[in-house]
Amino acid sequence: VRREFRAPNAWTLGLIALFVVLLGVTRLIQPSFGVSGLESLARAALPFAFATAAMTVVVIVGGIDLSVASMMAVCSVTAAVLMQTMGGVPAILITLAVGTLMGLLNGVLIVITRVPDIVVTLAMLFVWEGVALLILNTPGGTATAFLRESIVGSVLIDGLPRALIVMAIIVAVIWVPLRRSKLGLAIYATGSDENAAFRSGVAVGRTKAAAYAVCGLFSAFGGLSLLALTGIGEPVPGPYLLAAVAAVVLGGVVLGGGIGGILGPIIAVFILRIIRTILTLAAVDPNVTTIVEGTIMVGVVMFGAFLMMRGRGPT
Amino acid sequence: MSDIHPQAETEVRPLVRLGRFLKDNPVIPLIGLLLILIGVLEVMRPGIISPFWAGNTIKFAIPLAMLAACQVLTMLTGGIDLSAGIVATCAAFVAATLTPLIGAAPAMLVAMAVGAIVGLVNGFGAGIARVHPLIMTLGTGLIATGCLQVYQRYVIATGTDIPGMLEWLGTGRTAGLPNGLFLFVPFAVFVLWLMRYTGFGRLLFALGSNEKAAKLSGVRSWQVLMALYVLSGLIAALTGLLYLGMIRAPSLSLANPLMLPSVAAAVIGGTSIFGGRGSFAGAIVGALILRVIETMLTLARMPEGARIALFGLIILAVTALYVRFTEQR
Repeated sequence: VRREFRAPNAWTLGLIALFVVLLGVTRLIQPSFGVSGLESLARAALPFAFATAAMTVVVIVGGIDLSVASMMAVCSVTAAVLMQTMGGVPAILITLAVGTLMGLLNGVLIVITRVPDIVVTLAMLFVWEGVALLILNTPGGTATAFLRESIVGSVLIDGLPRALIVMAIIVAVIWVPLRRSKLGLAIYATGSDENAAFRSGVAVGRTKAAAYAVCGLFSAFGGLSLLALTGIGEPVPGPYLLAAVAAVVLGGVVLGGGIGGILGPIIAVFILRIIRTILTLAAVDPNVTTIVEGTIMVGVVMFGAFLMMRGRGPT
Repeated sequence: MSDIHPQAETEVRPLVRLGRFLKDNPVIPLIGLLLILIGVLEVMRPGIISPFWAGNTIKFAIPLAMLAACQVLTMLTGGIDLSAGIVATCAAFVAATLTPLIGAAPAMLVAMAVGAIVGLVNGFGAGIARVHPLIMTLGTGLIATGCLQVYQRYVIATGTDIPGMLEWLGTGRTAGLPNGLFLFVPFAVFVLWLMRYTGFGRLLFALGSNEKAAKLSGVRSWQVLMALYVLSGLIAALTGLLYLGMIRAPSLSLANPLMLPSVAAAVIGGTSIFGGRGSFAGAIVGALILRVIETMLTLARMPEGARIALFGLIILAVTALYVRFTEQR
């Protein structure tokens, strides 16, 4: 088991190096890129990071959740509507519960119906999209002031964006205990070989459902971060699905399950985001940026599929 | 898998038999369902059923059924084409903006070429790089949307024009029936012929039923998938052209709302999303059923969100039922 972990770590270190190089490139293109640039980069990356964290958990358990972006939309509008009538903290707690329940429902449906994950979550993508529109037909609602301020500026020293710290704390508080728990072990076991896990006494169905619930919880944080970014609830899902899949693959998590951690995908999110920043700073048309970004993401996913076909993870 | 087999089997057998019957003849129960739904509609709003209403329902079911053909064909191999809606939009927009510049026929040719190009990229991803078609087509859809937005910048001043032929196809009526049928009937015959009587159609079924076996018997899967996704792109582009004639207002999201119903129509029509089983005749009836359901939802003043959620639930429920009945994926 030990050896399996060394390779992804090397991959993660490579990703960090790539990120530092890209930061340097950004600095070269725009010498004034500094503290505020880092802060806005971290803020813009926030919803992507949570979407990716959500996707990572279900990919490790051997599934995929296409409804991540729709669940984020539901959570964003739920929180925006709740915050009109109640305080920020209860609204956030309710939203997190709603997200977890949605994820749990996805997982339970997959386990009960025995329909493959990709089909169930494709159907649920539309269901949640419809639910979001039912909650709030047009963008609206409001965000509590402290939620919006929680991701602005730096903490401790300049250049350490608050958004980054908030994200790191949330992901760590959920992921580290999970990874060390029995459930975490069961998630990795189920992802590597479902039959073997079942025969060694892992409750495969319950593990999957739990992994999808964690995915829903991360999606809820993603929805809240969307609300914090824009200040209003947006019922139409954003482009987070493909970005999350691409970041997961680039982050060294194997589509198919069982291999990888959460640090790699999160760094991959920042790499994909900073590429966008570089293109923007280089005065590329924003629509062309979207095309380039889409091409990079498709390329990354193709590369991941190619590696999977070869029967090995990225090393 | 963990069930105790003998017991489960005796309990499930009639269901399995029913499932097999549905699997072999999906059109018969579907037509029954369609008639029941029409009956319910007549009860909801007496007098709504008229030849005009029927013509209108058929007219709007046509583009849906054509787009569902993309899904049926790709699902036969275990894939799906989520870029179809966007391809249709692109084709319609390109045709409408190029017509004033280069004339109707070349504009429509360029529009079809757009579909072929996106299909080629999809085919490369799904056939050669072996990306799951769902993710691949989602990605090409995203890229195509970006390209469309950039393209729009260049043609914003030229204005739009809709080729007269498309307008005739989209809005005209002959003997009470929509003119779209002049395009759709040959199209449907072609797809049915392709699926049932050609080697290509049999290859699609073979790949979807058991890819390994198909490969071992000498099928070059990448060539088949490449041709399949190009064909799917062409069908989507054709749908876009017809839909342009119907709506007569090109926009950057013209045919996107057709995307989800097209998947639903294929699934309702008895096409398995896991490959190896499918029927275009079923998808046509599925498209009609969806249009009737849509009329009901409109009558019941259901909001847009409920419609989307309901279609998602239909896809899930039908797929789950198939898995339960046939005990296979």
